[in-house]
Amino acid sequence: MRLFWRMALGSLRDLAPVLIVILFFQTIVLDRPVSDLAVLAQGAVLVVVGLTLFVYGLEIALFPVGDALAYALASRGSFAWLLAFAFLLGFGTTLAEPALTAVAGEAAKVAAAGGSIADTAPALSRYALGLRLAVALAVGAALVLGVTRIVFGWSLPKLVAGGYLLVIAITFVAPPEAVGIAYDSGAVTSSVITVPLVTALGIGLASSLAERNPLTDGFGMIALILLVPMLFVMLYTAVLAWT
Amino acid sequence: MDLMLAILRMIGDTTLSVVPIAAFMLFFHRVVLHRQFAEPVQLGAGFVLMLAGLGIFLLGLEQALFPVGRLMVDQLVAFTTARLPEQAPGWWDYRLIFAFAFCLAFGAAIAEPALLAIAGRVQELSGGTINAWGLRVAAALGVALGVTVGTVRIAAGIPLHWCIAATYAVIIVQTLFAPRAITSVAYDVGGVSTSAVTVPVVTALGLGLAQQVPGRSELVDGFGLLALAAAHPVITVLAYAQINALLERRAQRLRTLTPPQDQEPG
Repeated sequence: MRLFWRMALGSLRDLAPVLIVILFFQTIVLDRPVSDLAVLAQGAVLVVVGLTLFVYGLEIALFPVGDALAYALASRGSFAWLLAFAFLLGFGTTLAEPALTAVAGEAAKVAAAGGSIADTAPALSRYALGLRLAVALAVGAALVLGVTRIVFGWSLPKLVAGGYLLVIAITFVAPPEAVGIAYDSGAVTSSVITVPLVTALGIGLASSLAERNPLTDGFGMIALILLVPMLFVMLYTAVLAWT
Repeated sequence: MDLMLAILRMIGDTTLSVVPIAAFMLFFHRVVLHRQFAEPVQLGAGFVLMLAGLGIFLLGLEQALFPVGRLMVDQLVAFTTARLPEQAPGWWDYRLIFAFAFCLAFGAAIAEPALLAIAGRVQELSGGTINAWGLRVAAALGVALGVTVGTVRIAAGIPLHWCIAATYAVIIVQTLFAPRAITSVAYDVGGVSTSAVTVPVVTALGLGLAQQVPGRSELVDGFGLLALAAAHPVITVLAYAQINALLERRAQRLRTLTPPQDQEPG
C-alpha cells in the first residue's frame, strides 16, 4: 500500500505540468475562469489512479511475459518461428489499432479532396482499408527486420540512416497530399500497448542471446516501426496514383 | 453511479482491444513453444490491473483533459487571430500559439505512460548511467520542440518534407558523435513518447491551427505534426547523452590534471 501511494504521488507529479499549462494559459493569457474545474479535477484524479495501476500492472505482468516469450522463442532455436511470431504480432496489433482506423478514415477524405480517388463511400472505405493493410504489413515487416537485426547484430544507425534517405527519396514520387499522412502513420501505430510489448520482446531477445547487449541491441524495434510505415504508405499511394 | 458505469465500459473497451493480442501470445507460448508461465496468478493480477488502469486513465483523459485542451486550442487560436494585423499576417503573429504548443506538448509527453515505463527500463538496463527522469525530460523537450517546429511550419507554410529532411540530417550527424550506448534508445524514444496522451492533443492542435491560418487546408496541413513530434526527441535525447558525456570527460580531466592537495579550498 505504501508503494501504491508512492507511485500515485509519482503519477501526480507526471500530470502536474499539463495541468499547470492549461490553468496558466486559461487564467493568465486568456483571462477567463476555468469553466468546469470540478470536471477537470475529477478527470485528473482518474488519470492519476489509472496511470498508477497501468504502470504497476505493466511491470509485474507485461514485461515478464515479453521476456519469457522472447526467451522461449530464442531458446527453441527456430529462426523461422521467431520471424513468423514477429510478423503476426506486428500485423495483428496494427490492424486492430483504433487510432489507425480513425486516421485512415481522415486520410481517405484527404485523398478524395486531392482527386486521387473518387469521392464515394465505397471508394473511400476501400482506400482506408488499403491504407490500414499497408501500415499493418509495414509494422509486420519492421518487426521482422528488427528481430533479424538483433539476431545478426546489425548496426541500427546505418539501418535507420538508410531508411531516412529512402523516405526523402520516395517523397518525390508520392502524391503530395499523401506525404503528411505517410509521415504520421508510424507515430500513430506506436500505441500504449504495443510500445511496452515490442520493447519487452526486443530486450528479452537481446538478453537471451549471449553476444548481444540488451541496451544497444534490444532497443531499436520502435524506431523501425516509425520508419517502415512511411515507406510503405508512400509506395502504396504512389502506386494507386499511377494505376 | 454514472462514473462507475463509465469506468466499467471503458475497461471493457480496452479489454476487448487487448484480448486478441493476449490470446495470440498465449497460443504461441502454450501450443507452439509448449511452455508454462512461472507465476500465472501474479501475471493474471498484473494484466487485470493493467487493463483497469488503462481504462480509467483513458476515461479521465476523454472526460476532462481532451475537451478542455481542445476548447483551449480553439479559444487561443481565436484570441490570436482576432489580434492579427489587418493585411498579410506573418508567421510571427502566431507566436502565442507556438508558446502554448511548446508547453502543452511538453506536459503531455511527461504524462505519457509508455515513456514512463520505458525510461524506468532504460535506467535499470544501463545500470543507472542513464537517468530515467533525465531521459523523460529530454524526450518531452524533444516532443515540445517538434510540435513547435510543426506549428511554425503550418503558420509559415514551409513544406513538410523540408522540415523532416533537415531533422534527419541533424540526427545522422549527431549519431556520428553521440555515445554508442544511447543511440538505439534515442531512436526508439520518439515513438515511445507519441502515444496515448500526445497523439490526440497534438492532432487537435494541428487541425485547429490549420483551420484558422488563411491559405492552409485542414485536411492536408493538419498532418505532419506527429511525424515531427516523433523525430525531434531523437535529437534532444542524443544531445542529452552528449552533454552528459562532455561533463563526464571534463570532470575526469580535472581529476587527472589537479593533484588531490590542490582541491582543498584555499
